[in-house]
Amino acid sequence: MIDSIQIHSLTKKFGDITAVNNLNVEVKNNTIFGLVGPDGAGKTTTMRMLCSLLTPDKGTAKIGGYDILTESNEIKNHIGYMPQKFSLYGDLTVMENLVFYSKVYQVPKKESKEKIKFLLKFSNLTDHSYKLADQLSGGMKQKLALSCNLIHSPKYLLLDEPTIGVDPVARREFWKILFDLRDQGATIFVSTPYMDEAERCDEVGLMDKGRIIRKDNPDNIINGFGYHLLSVYSDDNHLARTLVQEEEYVMDAYLMGEGLHVVTESLESIKKLKEKLKISGIKVISINEAAPALEDVFVNIIKSEKR
Amino acid sequence: MNYKRIGSIIRKEFLQIKRDKRTMTIIFLMPIMQLLLFGYVASTNVDHIPSVVMNNDIGTESRVLLESFANSQYFDLDYHVQSIEEIEKYIDNGDARAGIVIPPEYSEYIKSGRTAQIQLIVDGSDPTTAQAVLSSAGGVVQSMSVKITQKMLGASMPQPLDLRTRVWYNPNMDSTRFNIPGLIGVILQTVTLMLTSFSIVRERERGTMEQLIVTPITKMELMLGKVIPYVLIGFVDIVLALSLSVFWFRVPIAGSINLLLLYSVIFLVGALGVGLNISVVAKSQLEAMQLSMFMIMPNMLLSGYMFPRNAMPKFVQALGSVLPLTHFINVLRGIILKGNGLAELYKEFFILIGFGVFFIVLASKKFKKKIE
Repeated sequence: MIDSIQIHSLTKKFGDITAVNNLNVEVKNNTIFGLVGPDGAGKTTTMRMLCSLLTPDKGTAKIGGYDILTESNEIKNHIGYMPQKFSLYGDLTVMENLVFYSKVYQVPKKESKEKIKFLLKFSNLTDHSYKLADQLSGGMKQKLALSCNLIHSPKYLLLDEPTIGVDPVARREFWKILFDLRDQGATIFVSTPYMDEAERCDEVGLMDKGRIIRKDNPDNIINGFGYHLLSVYSDDNHLARTLVQEEEYVMDAYLMGEGLHVVTESLESIKKLKEKLKISGIKVISINEAAPALEDVFVNIIKSEKR
Repeated sequence: MNYKRIGSIIRKEFLQIKRDKRTMTIIFLMPIMQLLLFGYVASTNVDHIPSVVMNNDIGTESRVLLESFANSQYFDLDYHVQSIEEIEKYIDNGDARAGIVIPPEYSEYIKSGRTAQIQLIVDGSDPTTAQAVLSSAGGVVQSMSVKITQKMLGASMPQPLDLRTRVWYNPNMDSTRFNIPGLIGVILQTVTLMLTSFSIVRERERGTMEQLIVTPITKMELMLGKVIPYVLIGFVDIVLALSLSVFWFRVPIAGSINLLLLYSVIFLVGALGVGLNISVVAKSQLEAMQLSMFMIMPNMLLSGYMFPRNAMPKFVQALGSVLPLTHFINVLRGIILKGNGLAELYKEFFILIGFGVFFIVLASKKFKKKIE
């Protein structure tokens, strides 16, 4: 099967800064592709180029076989795009926004009525359809934005950090909708700053400084970590981190939740660590090997890029 | 081009306008307020000029002369003084605009058939008033001279020249009647410019444009969808302004009102097109506001609303003729005052259509479905 989104050496510069640098990505049909990376990595710029909102300086991309440079008008009938910032009309009601976009996409009247009804139910907005969009909560706004983008049943969805500023429960709901859409045949290209979301994608691309530095499914990425991760709990994690970082056998150390994560090449380090901290007067509660999460892997990859 | 898609934009615009108090104020209150304000303020009818008199003559002839000054309605002889210094004081502080000085020998000279001199002092700081003082004083003195001569030579003496004037269209030369039609044009231009200059840039600033331009909507559809609602609103405004001018200012429409409305719609498309171009070019609503403010002054000055165009240098006249308002003011004055029809105004018809097409096409060419 042909890959549904193919990005070829896509490049975009803003002045001296190369926002997207020779990007090559292929996204398979019917999958959720997650684009993760720090702020300023070039995620939004990539999204905008895919929607023909920005013209690339070099390279191109194909969505469903249509070229973004030469067939952008045709592409627009097949994609749904959610910008990072809420971009619907705040002074129109939920219903008015949906009706407006159904007309702009020329959805036949009868079909659109049913579709709107379905989307309202699907996104739990039926009871709020009379409200102005500005009066909705963050999570509801995002669900409305997604609904407006589903009105023409697009095959490709490009979502730019769709759950930013949304509470955890609403985020979960939102992702449930995305899984449903994928199961119904959509291909979803989503950027996210949240690692727990990235772990749910079929494939993840880690983007930094305009490049994709790792692309695989989340399990493979985690399994390919190549180091040992130690989870350290002590009475002073901050001080422990400063001390431990200077040790030769420690690749990296960073605070994670309640504890301290230490990346090391061998498990023998546990002993050395215990000793080191004891000498320094820090009371160690526990040191155990932990299973790395996607976040640990990415932090490590991005740091090793810098090294 | 898809008409349903244009329709969807129009409907959306109306919903937004309806909910926006600021826009509603601009649409309904601004034209009424401006018309009332300008209608009263921008009158150039100068009469009842406050004047100061120094009459050094004790004879009856000087009193007859002063009476005819007062009867002309142009002069109010408010102050009577004894010295030049006092005249100076009244004119300096602005209490009086004109001073009339009659010398002691006035009556004596008239009786003995010699030329008597009268001095007129004019405050020239405001040329419009000064002009009115000069010409009305000239008229008063002229007719006084004729009367005196006739009395001396016998009443049957015929005048060698007799000018009979007839003023057409505005027989009383009432400046309100002349001003109102032009004012309607200026107000319509101002209102439409303010409304459309925001329409595109507001969507960019709020971010709604980013969502709208990933849809298959074409640039022309978007431009027309943005302009048509305001053509309808502008139409309501012109009806409002015309009713006010007919029923409040008593300026009747001499020509066909339907023709006037037709011209108005054509003008509106062009005027709105100018605003649309501002909105496409501007980076922020603030910038759009500044640009449209920047446009208002040249429109007032160059269109012939304030100053007659044929008194302007050729180059400035040419500048004025690239403004739709200039031609629309011709139409307004032509139809309202002179009762002109298509036969006299066909040129303006095509020019205004040309402007409309030009500005809308230009805006849609300049508009980019991009966010750079």
